[in-house]
Amino acid sequence: MAEFFTTTYLGIGLTIVGQVFLIVIPLLVCLAFLMYADRKVWAAVQMRRGPNVVGIYGLLQSFADFIKYIVKEVVFPAGADRTVFLLAPMITLVLSLIAWAVIPFNEGWILSDINVAILYIFAISSLEVYGVIMGGWASNSKYPFLGSLRSAAQMISYEVSIGLIIIGVIISTGSMNLSDIVRAQDGAYGIFNWYWLPHLPMLFLFFVSALAETNRPPFDLPEAESELVAGYQVEYSSTPFLLFMIGELVAVVLMCALVSLLFFGGWLSPIPWLPDGFLWMFVKMLFVFFMFAMVKAITPRYRYDQLMRLGWKVFLPMSLGWVFFVAFAAKFQWFGGVFARWTVGG
Amino acid sequence: MTQIDYTRAAKYFLLADFFAGLKLGLRYFFNPKATLNYPHEKGPLSPRFRGEHVLRRYPNGEERCIACKLCEAICPAQAITIDAEPREDGSRRTTRYDIDMTKCIYCGFCQEACPVDAIVEGPNFEFATETREELFYDKEKLLANGDRWEAEIARNLELDAPYR
Repeated sequence: MAEFFTTTYLGIGLTIVGQVFLIVIPLLVCLAFLMYADRKVWAAVQMRRGPNVVGIYGLLQSFADFIKYIVKEVVFPAGADRTVFLLAPMITLVLSLIAWAVIPFNEGWILSDINVAILYIFAISSLEVYGVIMGGWASNSKYPFLGSLRSAAQMISYEVSIGLIIIGVIISTGSMNLSDIVRAQDGAYGIFNWYWLPHLPMLFLFFVSALAETNRPPFDLPEAESELVAGYQVEYSSTPFLLFMIGELVAVVLMCALVSLLFFGGWLSPIPWLPDGFLWMFVKMLFVFFMFAMVKAITPRYRYDQLMRLGWKVFLPMSLGWVFFVAFAAKFQWFGGVFARWTVGG
Repeated sequence: MTQIDYTRAAKYFLLADFFAGLKLGLRYFFNPKATLNYPHEKGPLSPRFRGEHVLRRYPNGEERCIACKLCEAICPAQAITIDAEPREDGSRRTTRYDIDMTKCIYCGFCQEACPVDAIVEGPNFEFATETREELFYDKEKLLANGDRWEAEIARNLELDAPYR
């Protein structure tokens, strides 16, 4: 039986499909509760109660919303390009989901252990802008179009700095494999071995860029409700809108996972004598998600020119300078080689 | 050459504003909630609260209204319509007392004008309806309201009496 699953094409295919479901279904279930947590955190900071009616403490609110979305009517605007209009949310969702193929949740818990994992995630998250552009364009309406234009410029600008920040981590590790990046952060000092300490400025830069990349507040300009109603989502209703929302949130959780993997040592335990494991990864992702939610609650929205200035005049030079610094620090092993983990056998 | 404000630059790069905001946000995060679970919990109402109208009765069951039409006369929105004629026992009573609740502006002039405390705006504010027609209140409806809210209204009038 084991032979069937490892040797025949059908068996391997079934194994992969099973593994995909093993990732996607828990992810989507967690997502429902994360959406609830997001709303609860936002409400708590504003001294509101948030959703608390559906289920105990409102825990089932997301499922109620889910049912509400799928039973509503899909409205096509007059003159909309129906094919592209429906394709856009699907692209958003699918692209945000396939990036999870290379995320390691624990030692060996990974769907596809490829050596260019970071490059792959970077490519996928660059493609995500297409969902937004297509949605805005196919709606044949002015607010969605303006929203998608903004989104295109914004996501591309911040990808530049995300890419440069990741290069710093890659130089330190000497590998683009996410599992290798996590293993390189293992060491005798637990939490102080992780990349957040040597790469501290880049942690903040990455976090902010991730906010901009996923269109989260304070960079939610594509859907700025005060000026563009809801940006590229204006004409969407029912299930397509739900797909957009899930896609966006999956991208946010992916960014949480990336921050935990690149800077917080993934599944590694913060205290050396405690065992490593999936639970640590989960806790780290929850922490980063909490920060995402807090930032949404405490920051006012950026103006568009401020967003562009921050992206091109602050983040780009800073991350570029950091890449140079890390390159030299790694080559000449400054600071006891903390920027060159491959030399210490990590 | 322009002067560089180093303090401001340092604050900018150390994300001082962001961390101040985060601290404030976390403090509010653990504050008690300011909102109520509305349908289950309700906020306090003043005895003077002007809600849904009622027509009151005397303790013996006789309706208070004497059809003086002062409320109809003073109503700035002209929401009240009254018809009156003498009853068999000779007392002057209304045959029709309608309030169009869609016109009413809840100014409370009717209860101020009333010499016998017959028309009163009670503490009820949850009388939304699904159709417009249900908001055209007639005498029967107003008297029924009076029977329903008499206890609260009597207490409110008593509490408010020293200030009138």
